[in-house]
Amino acid sequence: MEIKVLGTGCSGCKALYATVEQVVKELSLEAVVVKEEDLMKIMEYNVMTLPALVVDGRVVAKGKLSAQEVKEILTR
Amino acid sequence: MIQKFADWLVYGLLGLEASTTFGEALNFFFYDMIKILILLFFISVIMGIINAYFPIDRLRNYLSSRKLYGMQYFFAALFGAITPFCSCSSIPLFIGFVKGGIPLGVTFAYLITSPLVNEVAVAMFIGTFGLRVTLIYVISGVLLGMIGGFVLGKMKLEPYLTDWVKQLQQHSSSESGTWEQENTPFVQRLPMIVREAWGIVRGVLLYIVVGIGIGAFMHGYVPEGFFEQYMAEDNWWAVPLSVILAVPMYANAAGIVPVIEVFVAKGIPIGTALAFMMAVVGLSLPEATLLKKVMTWRLIGIFFGLITLFIVLLGYLYNIVL
Repeated sequence: MEIKVLGTGCSGCKALYATVEQVVKELSLEAVVVKEEDLMKIMEYNVMTLPALVVDGRVVAKGKLSAQEVKEILTR
Repeated sequence: MIQKFADWLVYGLLGLEASTTFGEALNFFFYDMIKILILLFFISVIMGIINAYFPIDRLRNYLSSRKLYGMQYFFAALFGAITPFCSCSSIPLFIGFVKGGIPLGVTFAYLITSPLVNEVAVAMFIGTFGLRVTLIYVISGVLLGMIGGFVLGKMKLEPYLTDWVKQLQQHSSSESGTWEQENTPFVQRLPMIVREAWGIVRGVLLYIVVGIGIGAFMHGYVPEGFFEQYMAEDNWWAVPLSVILAVPMYANAAGIVPVIEVFVAKGIPIGTALAFMMAVVGLSLPEATLLKKVMTWRLIGIFFGLITLFIVLLGYLYNIVL
């Protein structure tokens, strides 16, 4: 599984990245977590709210998420 | 109630005399600070709730797919008022709008209002100037967005967007993401929203303390009508001068409003002060660098120039009407 956190480096984006990393560790998922901070690449995903969460190339959530929400998304 | 608490704290607990200048200034400081912090927290929570549930994609489709006879400027400006302006939302939204085939003028309407009307500015205005001035500020912010967006739209500025935005615009389609986000129940969302509102309050706390501190000091020590001799209404250059001074200034609304409040109390006309505030909050250099990603310097120049001009005109208008 490849998890991408889209964000231009704002505080909410950093927070989401940290949350995702923590959830991945907690559930010991086999996943690569990467940050995408390049705006031109981010816009290819057609999102208008940042941060956004991309799993295996598909946008699965946007906006600020709690650890609980991230857990639900990743275990789906 | 807050006044009673401030009285108790300063005159009771600290044992200062209400008649001394220092006691009065300190009382003013605590009263303003507590009031503004409470207001800021609640307004941030309300804005957070609206933001969490606002259907941005639907608004975009709505704006691009229907003939709205000018109302699209109103919707875009209103939308700008309720969203915060930051790197994490404004530029993606700008591009999202352009990509969705929404005219540049309408997108500008959003871009003008977004930094101008925000939770911090609104809370500070209610706390210091009261509801009436706040309403005037918010309504003129939205109007400025509408008119500014309309005029900029008529100027045909598309060639001055950066190249990759132009490419996006050519391939525009009103189709947005094909997925629908599940709605998290309100009860689960609320703690996040409250935490975020608290984050906003904490983020500007220092500015508020410094701003109100300076304000309280001036409130106590600067004589009434002191500034009147320099910036009275009959000085025609007072409005443009204060606006032009304000544009490169990057001050948080949290820090600047309490100081301006005292300026007004000591004799600066409210219109001049409001114009100054709008220029400080609405136009700033960090914003320009943020916009550099989507616009050429020339377009940023035209955009800032026109808005500066409109703010100056608004300043004159306020001074006549208010």
